[in-house]
Amino acid sequence: MKRFLILLYMLLFSLPLFAAIEEHRFKTPQQERDYRQLIDELRCLVCQNQNLADSNAELAQDLRRQVYSMLVDQQADKQQVVDYMVQRYGDFVLYRPPLKTQTTLLWAGPFLFLAIGVWFLIRLIRRQNSMDDADDNS
Amino acid sequence: MKKQFAPLIIFAVLVLFLAIGLTLNPQNVPSPLIGKTAPQFELPQLNSAERFSPQQLQGKAWILNIWASWCSSCKQEHKLLVDLAKTQPYVIVGLNYKDTAAEANSWLQRYSDPYSVVIEDAQGKAGIDWGVYGVPETFVIDTHGIIRHKFTGPLTRQSIEETLIPLMQTLQSEVQS
Repeated sequence: MKRFLILLYMLLFSLPLFAAIEEHRFKTPQQERDYRQLIDELRCLVCQNQNLADSNAELAQDLRRQVYSMLVDQQADKQQVVDYMVQRYGDFVLYRPPLKTQTTLLWAGPFLFLAIGVWFLIRLIRRQNSMDDADDNS
Repeated sequence: MKKQFAPLIIFAVLVLFLAIGLTLNPQNVPSPLIGKTAPQFELPQLNSAERFSPQQLQGKAWILNIWASWCSSCKQEHKLLVDLAKTQPYVIVGLNYKDTAAEANSWLQRYSDPYSVVIEDAQGKAGIDWGVYGVPETFVIDTHGIIRHKFTGPLTRQSIEETLIPLMQTLQSEVQS
């Protein structure tokens, strides 16, 4: 019981609770969905390994506001917001990079490695089988 | 014989890739704005009722330096900008990014003012249009109003001498020819 209480206190006063909360009002649930998805997929360029949703950098706050105002005030759709960001910050702002000639290796790479792995695996299994056969023969 | 060396070769390739990776600067994101027309804005000038817009410099090659009093690496490059303004006749526009007029003024008084004009972007709205993500940033705009180069992060003596000055010289000779 005592342990449980300590845990409860710790959870109550954990740091994320004190994180700044931005309140946004959306006109439609669709807008809110788009907003959440966009700030999830756009990179904060100051802190590079965080998305706009996670980052508290000034630029991330500004860009969240920008995304919000484009969606709600200007009635932009998701693609327009993405285009707006890419025009200014380049493809790097996207966590999901587009398929282009420059990014083919990025997209095909994992499958390439998978193929190499499977090839090695097949070779290993075959060799072991033939060794087993050799054992059986002896 | 070949088999024994396989791990070594794989290791060497890995080291090569990692070594290349280490020399790259992740802060240096290529700007999509290079080769494009400079984004327009109209912003108040510091200590003046007049407003500034890039259109006013049409036909001139100029430098846009984005700085703020809260940015510590701006201090580093500021000395170099002061030197540059003394030795070269370039138009250097200082965009004071997300700052207050009072802070900007005391900063300029303390470290001297190399700018032809200082403009205030208190909201950072122009900063977003110019794709600013790490102050200081420096853009070079040619006589047709096209962005030709961007320096992200503080300018160094080397980048000024090897890139900025030669580029400004070619841009200015373009206008004479």
